[in-house]
Amino acid sequence: MSRRRKNLLTVLGCTLLGAGAQVLFKLAGTALGPSPSPMAMIVCPPLIAGYILYGISTILLSFALRNDELSSMYPIISLTYVWVMFLSVWYFRESLNFYKVLGVAVIMGGVAVLGSPGNSDPAKDGSSPS
Amino acid sequence: MSTSLLSLFLVVVASFIGSFGAVFLKAGSKNLKSNLKSLFTNYHLAIGGLLFVISSLFFVKAISQPGAELSVLYPMVSMSYLWAMVWSRVFFGEPFTRQKFTGLGLIILGIAILQLGKSIRLE
Repeated sequence: MSRRRKNLLTVLGCTLLGAGAQVLFKLAGTALGPSPSPMAMIVCPPLIAGYILYGISTILLSFALRNDELSSMYPIISLTYVWVMFLSVWYFRESLNFYKVLGVAVIMGGVAVLGSPGNSDPAKDGSSPS
Repeated sequence: MSTSLLSLFLVVVASFIGSFGAVFLKAGSKNLKSNLKSLFTNYHLAIGGLLFVISSLFFVKAISQPGAELSVLYPMVSMSYLWAMVWSRVFFGEPFTRQKFTGLGLIILGIAILQLGKSIRLE
């Protein structure tokens, strides 16, 4: 597998881990209530699990993006919005409607424009190109 | 119940703090090698990680409010691109471009459209 393909799959995996973390955060929020004590938060299992997923995702992402052009990964990273929307509706029974779908689609469009190659930005990648 | 203004405000605060986390990660990524030691001895990354944790506490607080919808609040994290564009210029000298403004405009429009999709408040 080429390095680029490997990075692409890593980033895709990160979006799934990131979405999973959001579900755990929401579960933690429901369990903790609106004004939890710091102690209750520290020992809350879904919150801890959420942070572990979030941490793994962030570390993997920073390794994958280090050697790859960040810009081409933006549209993939924004897939997290799709997974979270799907999980919110399926798992938490939140309403799905036209505005939510359109809103997320427009945001993803914006993220894609931000990251598209025309946005030549020599200072963007601190590391040397691979 | 629906997603409250307090929740929206907390997410904006979370995205603001998180964008500083990204600035530190960016600064730290320059010194990152493919070994674990470089990961744990990099104080820029540590500060960046800490800021992400603080940011996420605000996010958890936001989704803990009664009636808070993950499907509305999570996409609003994209607000961090707005701050990121400003900090990229301030700290790394990256220019504002028409393309960046277009992308940001779409993101803000998307966030506004999402608000129309919030469930209707029943009290």
